[in-house]
Amino acid sequence: MSDDPFEAIKATFFQECEELLGDLETNLIALESGDTDIETINACFRAVHSVKGGAGAFGLDDLVRFAHVFETLMDELRSGRKAVDEDVVQSLLRASDVLNDHVTAARGAGPAVDPDRSQALIAELETLTHGAPVSGTDADAAGDMDDDFGFTPVALSLDDFGAGEAMPLMDLPALDLPPLDLPSLDAPVVTGGEQTGWKIIFRPHPRLYANANETALLLRELGRLGPISVEMDDSGLPSLEALEPLDSHLVWTIHLDAPVAELDVRDVFDFVETDCDLSIMSVMAEGAGASVVSDSLPDLDDGLPSLDTGAAAEFDIAALVAMAQADTASRLGGGGETAPVAETPKSTAAPAPAAPPVAANNATAAAPAAASAATAPVTIRVELDRVDRLINAVGELVIQQAMLAQRVYESGLARSSDISLGLEDLELLTREIQDSVMAIRAQPVKSVFQRMPRLVREVAAMTGKKVKLVTAGEDTEVDKTVVERLSEPITHMLRNAIDHGLESPEEREAAGKPVEGTVKLAALHRSGRIVIEISDDGKGINRQRVRSIAEERGLVTPDQILSDDEVDNLIFLPGFSTAQEVTDVSGRGVGMDVVRRSIQSLGGRISISSNPGKGSIFTMSLPLTLAVLDGMVVGAADQTLVAPLAAIVESLTPKAEDIHLVGGVDPVLMFRDEFVPLVDVGQTMEFRNEPTELKGGVVMIVETEGGQRAGLLVDAIHGQRQVVIKSLETNYRHVEGVAAATILGDGRVALILDIDVLVNTGRRRTTSLAELKMAS
Amino acid sequence: MTQVTPNVAGSDRELIAFRIGEQEFCVDIMSVREIRGWTPATPLPRSPAYMKGVINLRGTVLPIIDLGARFGLQTGEPTERHVIMVAHVGSRLVGLLVDAVSDIVQLTDAAIQPTPDVASESVKAFVKGIFAVEGGRMISLIDLEHVLPAEAEAEAA
Repeated sequence: MSDDPFEAIKATFFQECEELLGDLETNLIALESGDTDIETINACFRAVHSVKGGAGAFGLDDLVRFAHVFETLMDELRSGRKAVDEDVVQSLLRASDVLNDHVTAARGAGPAVDPDRSQALIAELETLTHGAPVSGTDADAAGDMDDDFGFTPVALSLDDFGAGEAMPLMDLPALDLPPLDLPSLDAPVVTGGEQTGWKIIFRPHPRLYANANETALLLRELGRLGPISVEMDDSGLPSLEALEPLDSHLVWTIHLDAPVAELDVRDVFDFVETDCDLSIMSVMAEGAGASVVSDSLPDLDDGLPSLDTGAAAEFDIAALVAMAQADTASRLGGGGETAPVAETPKSTAAPAPAAPPVAANNATAAAPAAASAATAPVTIRVELDRVDRLINAVGELVIQQAMLAQRVYESGLARSSDISLGLEDLELLTREIQDSVMAIRAQPVKSVFQRMPRLVREVAAMTGKKVKLVTAGEDTEVDKTVVERLSEPITHMLRNAIDHGLESPEEREAAGKPVEGTVKLAALHRSGRIVIEISDDGKGINRQRVRSIAEERGLVTPDQILSDDEVDNLIFLPGFSTAQEVTDVSGRGVGMDVVRRSIQSLGGRISISSNPGKGSIFTMSLPLTLAVLDGMVVGAADQTLVAPLAAIVESLTPKAEDIHLVGGVDPVLMFRDEFVPLVDVGQTMEFRNEPTELKGGVVMIVETEGGQRAGLLVDAIHGQRQVVIKSLETNYRHVEGVAAATILGDGRVALILDIDVLVNTGRRRTTSLAELKMAS
Repeated sequence: MTQVTPNVAGSDRELIAFRIGEQEFCVDIMSVREIRGWTPATPLPRSPAYMKGVINLRGTVLPIIDLGARFGLQTGEPTERHVIMVAHVGSRLVGLLVDAVSDIVQLTDAAIQPTPDVASESVKAFVKGIFAVEGGRMISLIDLEHVLPAEAEAEAA
């Protein structure tokens, strides 16, 4: 992050954009699936609006222009002037993709959006909005005034209030969208000519006070523009017993007697615009009265036709707290600040009172605030680095606790002694802290899943297939380190499912299936791991073809007997996918073996089960975190080592007659009718020079990422344990054959084996196992 | 190293002196984080002989370098009487295995003399300079930057 505060704000904006666009996508998908609830539409509107608002502040014109058109259409849908139908939703989805690209381009993380593509979609959206594309600002200014004014930039406050019902009240123009909208709006003002001043009606929302803004300061600022007179309307103030002290009840009318630019007036309200109802009218010289140039303050009652009285009654604690803050803020700010206003030239009315303004029924703002406060959990942004430090510290705490427990146990203290009991409590507490800390970094897989509908749309368009993506379990949580690396394999598998799995619409029709294929992406927790399933209702795997390809490539021999499952899983073998069948979509030279390797490098596994004619299911299971590892603790040559559990197929005590020496040197083990090379771990790791005695040794059958099997010969297997991964590189350097280190309960460092390297170096070595005397 | 600029001429340096066999060495006190007793290390495969392995320093995996072996001196197996100086080397934290910590020395840069030619090549590679303290002892100032294996050094840079 840059030192430049502006850059930092911009970075935050892009972060928020990412979340907003994710929300947008989710809600559009909901729309697509027929959920045309007003809240869903509102949520889409808010997302687009917020992106536009931020983009305007940073002068990202392309983005603003596009978002504006998008937002205009959303507003039409929201107001019910336009019905949400299939065509509209499809356009919106495409628009969301382009909006995404615009944001990426603005961030400098991607190429500029093809102007034609953007323009085509703008035209498409405008056609939906107006019935015809709008080609210029002239049209905008003349015929579409209503529309332009109809879309409301107050969505920032909507974000906070979370309710669409309040919207019609804030019928404000697009003026908060610099620089795009201003010129056209300025025009009528300037041409007004003999305008002599402004009449401003200002009705603050409770939020304005909650955000530590203060009417008195705003009035003082206005006073700097020219002579002002202020009237305060306290008619909304309820009787004392009905008074909600945290509500905002007062309305100010300010007459500014100076022909300043409207922009200057607006500037005063720049930071509060979203937290108040604001109406600015120009005052003409002839005394013809105020002509509304931009805003009109609609009747309060009209604005609230659908407001549920029940909602107003449902104040919850959060809303009360928010209002209490409003109160405090205004009291703190208010008391000392009234004086300057009183000194304002020509101030005819009482200055803003110190107490929070009070009005009759301001449930308008308060009720939605209550609703949103109840649903949205409070979050903070924390640098990942800090969380990682915390996780490290807790990892050490766990180790220390285990060491302490062992010492106490060794000291022979009775289990019922105070120390032992206290230690048990400590252990529970430690575990709870560890779980909580890991939960901080846990994230729902939603962030990855959200990106997939777009991919599916693109791949579907490219292949000419009709595809529906169904997702499930988006809220399944997994460590951030894993979430980040899920995207790539899921992308590959989805591409593969659509490209190879699903049939063309014609084929589907012929097979009596719905023309639209379904691909399902699901996440779930299963026995301490996360399982991602990608299933399609396509044609399934053509086993005969897979088998013949595998034979062609020499991966299997023609006489080998394979079960259906084994045939299906042949597609994961390196060298199965070749350039020949690379298509534009799933090919790109990346085969399923690469997918499998990337999953295995995360300590995961992938498998496929297929039902010919019905479809296939890819299942991958991954550890919930990369910070800890499920390992098998083993002993070899007096050293304790950890083997990643994911790589272990089976452990066994070999029978002497199953071990053979190839060429009299290299030992192999007969394992399920297959010879697997044996690797002496103690010797390969250079912990001893002499090969181990096979008698009493244990063999772990492991599978490398390349799918190759080998037997690791160790002295003993101590058991399965979850270990915290520590890097060797931090203070030393990479050591061949060692994936990482960990600290065991006894406080000693144990090395985590790098199975692949071990198997390969172990096999390369010409061991002196020939001298091995097999005990028989 | 004997070149003295006016600013540093009078400045005191604090050094930690330690023994390996009969010889005395020292390093800048600022680079030493802590001193602790020897605990058995987990050996690392495919490492130079002076790499004693790694130990757990409150959750940090700390590589241990037998400084004597690194200098090409004769060293035996470490015992409980040996000492590990935990020191910063670049961005890394390493444990230096020595026989004993003997002294804290204060001196100015001017007191440091260049390494005489008589010293063995292996020692000279790590010694920045030497100086004498009362009692006729001679102490060699160590340049810690070179104690890690070359490959790790390149990574650290």
